[in-house]
Amino acid sequence: MAFDKMELRDIEVWDGNFAAAQALRQCQIDVVSAYPITPSTPIVEGYSKFLADNYVEGEFVMVESEHAAMSGCIGASAAGGRVATATSSQGFALMVETLYQASGMRLPIILNVVNRALAAPLNVNGDHADMYLGRDSGWIQFDAYSPQEAYDLNFIAFRVAEDHDVRLPAMVHQDGFMTSHTAQGVYTMDDDTAYSFVGDFKPMNDMLDFEHPVTHGVQTEEDWHYEHKARQHNDLMTKVPAKIEEAFASFEKLTGRKYNQVEQYDMDDADVAVVCMGTSVETAREVATEMREKGIKAGVVGLRVIRPFPFMEIKEALEGIKAIATLDRSSPNGAAGMLFNEIAGALFNSDTKALLSGYVYGLGGRDLTKKHLVDLYTELQGNVDAGKVTTPLQQFIGVRGPKLQFL
Amino acid sequence: MSEMKKIKNLKEFSTSADRFEGANLLCPGCAHSIIVREVLNATNDDLVLAASTGCLEVCTAVYPYTSWDASWIHIGFENGSTAVAGAEAMYKALKTKGRLKQPDRNPKFVAFGGDGASYDIGFQWISGCMERGHNMMYVVLDNEVYANTGGQRSSSTPIGANATTSPAGRVSYGETKNKKDIVAIMGAHNIPYAAQVAPNKWKDMVKKIQHGMEVDGPVFINAVSPCTTEWKFDPKDTMHLTDLATDTLVFPLYEIIDGHELNITYRPKNVIPVEEYLAAQGRFRHLFKDEYKYLIKEWQERVDANWAYLNRREEARV
Repeated sequence: MAFDKMELRDIEVWDGNFAAAQALRQCQIDVVSAYPITPSTPIVEGYSKFLADNYVEGEFVMVESEHAAMSGCIGASAAGGRVATATSSQGFALMVETLYQASGMRLPIILNVVNRALAAPLNVNGDHADMYLGRDSGWIQFDAYSPQEAYDLNFIAFRVAEDHDVRLPAMVHQDGFMTSHTAQGVYTMDDDTAYSFVGDFKPMNDMLDFEHPVTHGVQTEEDWHYEHKARQHNDLMTKVPAKIEEAFASFEKLTGRKYNQVEQYDMDDADVAVVCMGTSVETAREVATEMREKGIKAGVVGLRVIRPFPFMEIKEALEGIKAIATLDRSSPNGAAGMLFNEIAGALFNSDTKALLSGYVYGLGGRDLTKKHLVDLYTELQGNVDAGKVTTPLQQFIGVRGPKLQFL
Repeated sequence: MSEMKKIKNLKEFSTSADRFEGANLLCPGCAHSIIVREVLNATNDDLVLAASTGCLEVCTAVYPYTSWDASWIHIGFENGSTAVAGAEAMYKALKTKGRLKQPDRNPKFVAFGGDGASYDIGFQWISGCMERGHNMMYVVLDNEVYANTGGQRSSSTPIGANATTSPAGRVSYGETKNKKDIVAIMGAHNIPYAAQVAPNKWKDMVKKIQHGMEVDGPVFINAVSPCTTEWKFDPKDTMHLTDLATDTLVFPLYEIIDGHELNITYRPKNVIPVEEYLAAQGRFRHLFKDEYKYLIKEWQERVDANWAYLNRREEARV
């Protein structure tokens, strides 16, 4: 029985979850192995409903935990087909063991991560704690700031991950509730156009090719483990960025929508810049425009690709900037924030004279308001005027009680 | 249609083509390789195999070598079952979509795990696979101990066994908990087929494996696998130990069809006292001290009670 195509309007009103579910349908995923968790559940519910209504052909395996969900994805992917799932927060944490196994086995699985805080205390709202937990797992990580981007980046993720020169899994992140449950206009592709962008899945070392049996997931000790890990990392750092650029360029040609590894906003002549991720990028862009009316030359740098970290593009974007604030939406728990460290690392051997300060914000879904960002840009301008960092190295935005800071 | 091997005698069986090579790192006398060969040799069909982390896995797929002449996957300790279930789901998807490279084949999906991977850490994953109805077989290589990590107790370790985490000592007789009845638990998932097998009774085993491969749906097999290293017996005595296990009724051989039809498939002509089984293994040596001899009596009573229970179930068809 052939599946039916779905007629979409040019612009649909979708939330981030449904946008991702539609992308999975249009990519015609062969197997989704999944376990529900707030706020990502509607993505896999969407796929199973599309299956029930014959808008997709495949197998939906509703397993008994997120660990089993990714285990099933690994088995299915090694068998030789297109595989995806979705999760958040605690489910992501439960998956962590298998995330490393999936990437180490070079299986191009797509995981939609709807970002949510990690317990304790238990919290269902959006922050980036789960996203940060995945950053050493060997996956490619894309960050969507809106439902449109959650839709688009799924296609891009499949195209990059399944490339035979890459063969690495990829996550598409979106902010819990702020993106996943907020409906916006989404420009769509028709089913044929969308599918043609990802193309047919081309199996490699597939277990179901019985003429060529394969062994997946071997043991290596000190004699080979290092070579496997180093080559995987090297592929991420050297091969993947070019493939991402290629996918971004093809996608722009197809849809007119342009993506960059580092998204710059008003950065050409900026004095002060905020570096952030997720929905905060849009808020920061609005505030940057307003700051310019007040005479502060403000810009925004949004990270579109978290892993592999775009060192050169970050360096380029922040060249000549006088003061930079990094906004980490995850508790660093005993260090400077991840963004602070990565930006510092990217700029350290450059000619930058930028003053760098770190901020933690929005934990457990606490709002980042425009007022917060106005204050922040004002502090950055204060640093520029003083010629030194006048604020603590690490501050917390919007936390109640006594002011918390470090250094 | 499934293609099962027609095997008349042991010689024919032992000389049939192997998809599990003798070139592996398992201990001399390890029953795992015997069981695996008996499972794989039951069919001529293509195989998609998985192993959970454990002795079998670390001894058969050390890069750049493999002992497997069939598609094989290992992910982790707890998820060998789900690895095969995922592959089986992909097979179904590609079959529906007409994308199988060899559409005329009839592959069998089989996962192996030790008792640690099956009774303990992977228990939930197996339960999920059985409940969801994947067309797959899960085989436990039950040596009643975490052998790969050096002899810690699992929930399959029987009372009185000396294990590194339940050691016998001046005031301890070793493991104090009873072995988990995993075949009954898996049978209670109302799967088409669950069975206990032993490598010495190879005809019984091949019959069960072939039946399991022919039914549509999940199949659970628990195979007794005497461990020369942890049970502490001479490697040449593996089959002798297996004979003792089945003929003392410590490991009774039976099957459960559709969760309720229990059949005992082997009734020893001469039932051997359990004491002989215990005496043949170093892990039970301390039970023969005067103060622990009551445990040997209890062992016999437990085995008798279990045998009576199985007989009652068989008679009552429950």
